[in-house]
Amino acid sequence: MRRHASAIAVHAILGLYTLLALFPIVLVVMNSFKAKRAIFNTPLRPPLPMNFDPVGYTKVFGDSSLPLYYLNSITVTVGTIFLTLLFGAMAAWALTEYKFRWNTLLALYLSVGIMVPIRLGSVAIIQLVAELNLINTLTALVLVYTAQNLPLAIFILSEFIAQIPRDLREAARCDGLSEYNIFFHIILPLIRPAMATVAVFTMIPVWNDLWFPLLLAPAGGKQTITLGVQQFLGQYITDWNAVLAALSTAIVPVLLLYVIFSRQLIRGLTSGAVK
Amino acid sequence: MAEVRIENLRKSFGAVEVLKDIDLTVEDGSFVVLVGPSGCGKSTLLRSIAGLEPVSGGTITIGGRKVNDLPPAQREIAMVFQSYALYPHMDVAANMGFGLRFARTPKAEIEARVAEAARILQLEPLLKRRPRELSGGQRQRVAIGRAIVRKPQVFLFDEPLSNLDAALRINTRVEIAKLHKLLAATIVYVTHDQVEAMTLADKIVVMNQGRIEQQGKPLDLYYRPANLFVAGFIGSPAMNFIAGQVTQGGIDLGPDGAVTLAGLTAAAVGSRVTLGIRPEHVRIADGEGGLRLSATVELVERLGEAGYVHLRLPSGTVAVAEIRGETSLRTGDRTSLALDPTHLHLFGPDGRRMV
Repeated sequence: MRRHASAIAVHAILGLYTLLALFPIVLVVMNSFKAKRAIFNTPLRPPLPMNFDPVGYTKVFGDSSLPLYYLNSITVTVGTIFLTLLFGAMAAWALTEYKFRWNTLLALYLSVGIMVPIRLGSVAIIQLVAELNLINTLTALVLVYTAQNLPLAIFILSEFIAQIPRDLREAARCDGLSEYNIFFHIILPLIRPAMATVAVFTMIPVWNDLWFPLLLAPAGGKQTITLGVQQFLGQYITDWNAVLAALSTAIVPVLLLYVIFSRQLIRGLTSGAVK
Repeated sequence: MAEVRIENLRKSFGAVEVLKDIDLTVEDGSFVVLVGPSGCGKSTLLRSIAGLEPVSGGTITIGGRKVNDLPPAQREIAMVFQSYALYPHMDVAANMGFGLRFARTPKAEIEARVAEAARILQLEPLLKRRPRELSGGQRQRVAIGRAIVRKPQVFLFDEPLSNLDAALRINTRVEIAKLHKLLAATIVYVTHDQVEAMTLADKIVVMNQGRIEQQGKPLDLYYRPANLFVAGFIGSPAMNFIAGQVTQGGIDLGPDGAVTLAGLTAAAVGSRVTLGIRPEHVRIADGEGGLRLSATVELVERLGEAGYVHLRLPSGTVAVAEIRGETSLRTGDRTSLALDPTHLHLFGPDGRRMV
């Protein structure tokens, strides 16, 4: 009886939190389908035939540069995820599997990266990127984001790799696999759930980031969607229909990516390996 | 198949020496079992042969080829792990053929070899299953199958049966023995179970604290143990040991009495020795005699057709005697026990076998 009550309490709290978290998103999506007047007069009313107006969407899709910005955001996010996972898993594997001289020191150095926010180094990063002639390129963003996300990725993936039974790696060695093949054919498939977790963690801040696109790629058709939306926000006039429509559509790609990754979050992937 | 020759092998972890001057020859096609208590170095020795553990000195040759500096893959060995170590994300067929795939073996050949191994091990209906859908015994057979398909020079088994339940263990033991005959394979097998060692081995190697205490045929080790350690380790229940001192024409066992014994050299007089005798060579018998000791019954274990009587000697030493059939002995009874003189073992002060 008591357990029942506490379960209800837990669900109530979680439900409340879900409502709270979803409210602004629902509000954005709802109002993106409404006429400008309706947005301001009745912001909480859902889109109905009388106040329905897809002007925001026609504007967003009519603007020739916005699809490009979407593509930029997707490129940057997917590129970052790919590099973070590849190098993160490789570094995690090396740090957990091989004993070499600077092993502990290197791990410690990387964990510093988790503690120090990368934005503190913005000025140095701008200088570096400028000297490399990478201003207004997506490469600059991908590199910075990869550097930003690697420490945590390595930290999480190391823990998972350490849990893979030693016998499995040794069986693979006896089977004649090279170290690269052990990594790609044994380790990577077995840490898929961890990689999906890291991918989700990595993707959201990268997709939403405004700071580095503003600093490193603010022009030249290399703007990301979060930056691109800013063109509808003026000092005196803001085109709310377009802003809300752009934000609503910006949810879709991350949502798709999330669905893809969350399908990898299968539990007990290593069950049956040993014992 | 090939011969494995190990000479002066040493292995240290930091300052700790875990293998000390190991010399061992595994003849072509023979079944060698490494036994010993935990931490004796038997698994480390096996892993050194496999190439999973770098050695600190000495040489390992497989089939006449020195393999010290070769990675496991090039040693032409196959290892079966205690935990089976099956790849969880592949089905049984893929598990078995995995190594061959990376050796660039043609696909048809892989399939043929996997099918052959599956036939030998009766795994045919399971080829498309994942490891997690298999029972312990089936997983063990897949692990063995993975070793077979590679057609190695040497099979290495690391306590392969210790995760199986008792009934399955006996079955699998018999299967491994059959497999050895069928493949005429050279096998090095690590276990702490002496029944496995006695039944499977052509040669048993008893290890303790990083050294080989004795190697030889199972029954040789049983009937002529080279030292106290082997005498105590091989055989269940363990051999009885009684401390004493050599006198003219016998051994003085202190408060336990004395035994008369021929064949002792005069030079040995005065040295401290240990008398060893197996429970099946001790009889419960009343009366007096040259090899009789009096004792008090501590415990009677009845196993059916046989049983064991635990007896406390006056010195406090506990000896175990095997009995056949029923007995009227009960805890606290005073009785005497007779030692079979042809099966007495005598160990010197250094623990080595005398005479």
